[in-house]
Amino acid sequence: MDFEELYQQVILDHSRRPRNFGELPDADVNIEADNPMCGDEIALHLKFGADDKIEGVTFTGSGCSICVASASMMTQKLKKKSREESSALMHTFHDMLTAEQETEPPAVLGDLALLKGVRKFPLRVKCATLAWHALEQALQTKQGAAASDPGI
Amino acid sequence: MHDVIKETKEQIDWAKIRGDFPILNQEVHGHPLVYLDNAATSQKPKCVIDALVHYYEYDNSNVHRGIHELSNRATGAFEAARERAAKYINAKSSREIVFTRGTTEGINLVAQAWGTKHLKAGDKILLTEMEHHSNIVPWQLLAERVGAQLVYIPVTGDEGALDLSKIDQLLTRDVKIFAFTHISNTMGTINPIVELCARARELGVTTLVDAAQSAGHCPLDVQAIGCDFLAFSGHKMCGPTGIGVLYGREEKLDETPPYQGGGEMISSVKYFETKWNVIPHKFEAGTPDISGAIALHTAMDYIDGIGRENIFAHDQALASYAYKRLVELGHVRMFGPPLGGTPEQPHSERGGLVSFLLPEVHAHDVVTMADQYGVALRGGHHCTQPLMRKLGIQSTARGSFYFYNTKEEVDRMVDVLAKIHEFFSRGL
Repeated sequence: MDFEELYQQVILDHSRRPRNFGELPDADVNIEADNPMCGDEIALHLKFGADDKIEGVTFTGSGCSICVASASMMTQKLKKKSREESSALMHTFHDMLTAEQETEPPAVLGDLALLKGVRKFPLRVKCATLAWHALEQALQTKQGAAASDPGI
Repeated sequence: MHDVIKETKEQIDWAKIRGDFPILNQEVHGHPLVYLDNAATSQKPKCVIDALVHYYEYDNSNVHRGIHELSNRATGAFEAARERAAKYINAKSSREIVFTRGTTEGINLVAQAWGTKHLKAGDKILLTEMEHHSNIVPWQLLAERVGAQLVYIPVTGDEGALDLSKIDQLLTRDVKIFAFTHISNTMGTINPIVELCARARELGVTTLVDAAQSAGHCPLDVQAIGCDFLAFSGHKMCGPTGIGVLYGREEKLDETPPYQGGGEMISSVKYFETKWNVIPHKFEAGTPDISGAIALHTAMDYIDGIGRENIFAHDQALASYAYKRLVELGHVRMFGPPLGGTPEQPHSERGGLVSFLLPEVHAHDVVTMADQYGVALRGGHHCTQPLMRKLGIQSTARGSFYFYNTKEEVDRMVDVLAKIHEFFSRGL
């Protein structure tokens, strides 16, 4: 069934043992995103290095397995990425879930490609993209500005 | 469960009744549909759908303003629906029935029109912690507008009862309005509305009952309840969306200024002043949902044809059976009133729903997987986010029943939930 593809072992593993989960005491940016449909809340904590690349990234909050797995895998991909690279990754991920034409997920997504099955569950796309919405806002904060936004 | 149904006075052919609902006869994802999201909205019997079609094919016209035959018919049918609604809740007069878009608009009408006139800075608005957002946010807006203060009767915990030991402290003379739900959409709790209204009345506190979850499920008698206002929606009781009823005791509606301005709500308009129409028309600006009111009339006839006592017993039996089976699954966190468990009262008083969490599985994941088996549940905060926060959770999964649901469907739900539990337990 479709949900066997949706809930693969790697996804369940990330949802049960999320990576980079917890506060980031010296974060430059803390952004919350919530899904008003279900009440899920994810906060993303980012630290940028002197070169403006992402030096540290963690997340807190809770959500469904898709939401948490997506956040967990996202944080693994973001380290040492520039704002532009992070933004590009975000668009690639978003396209995988929402583009009209289904294509083979680009290699750059790595394990995130396992979330492709969410395509077949349009109501769950929001779950998979919640942490990414926080990222989108975080990337918009000005370089060097220690912003803290209440979120969407 | 069948024992309970036998207790009802007449033998009812529930299978035949189920046949009145065309939508239920379909497959979803290759499985027969099991629709258990009735607390969100109920399905519509053929006769209600036919009433809508008939109105548009034969009688469609505007109400209260035409002299011609069609307008005469439309007005007659619209006002007959008002009479029917009055009878449905035993209002003294159809003047006490205001047609709205639904429960939410009814509460907003009272908060904005009555509340703005009668509340001032420092007054209190008393609610309960189990209210739906629609019975919280309108009062927050009012509180902000006039400088009033919101106060909540606490909920005890997962079992979802109101902590009435606090009532003397909280329900005081500086409370101007006490608004509370009859049946909780999240927990299934049935609140003691007659007692609550009586306490409020002793202190001169105005009351509003949110009857969204009860109007289609049990008998309602506003005179016996003793409330000042009561709001409900048509779509949760076999009627169409977009139509609802606000009951207001005549004296209360008389002291309420208009809600919206426009046609229909006036008796005469000059460029700089307007005389209001009499109640209830004073609150119905613009062309109302005529077809909705007419179809709601049909829905009320249909429901009372089955009997609301019978519906209540049926829903409660299904909910109790579902509750029992979910507990038997093990490790399921249940919300709302627990089972009674005595021979005299095998089922505690609860609305026709079960609200629960499977261990280690988020409600959204439960609902997505259940849907793949054709079982329609609701997962989320059920528009009661403050209650969820209080219980330390974000969401629950909910199955909510109506008279067309069957014991076999409850079994399907529980079997599917067992599969889901098993699936998510793999590799743990």
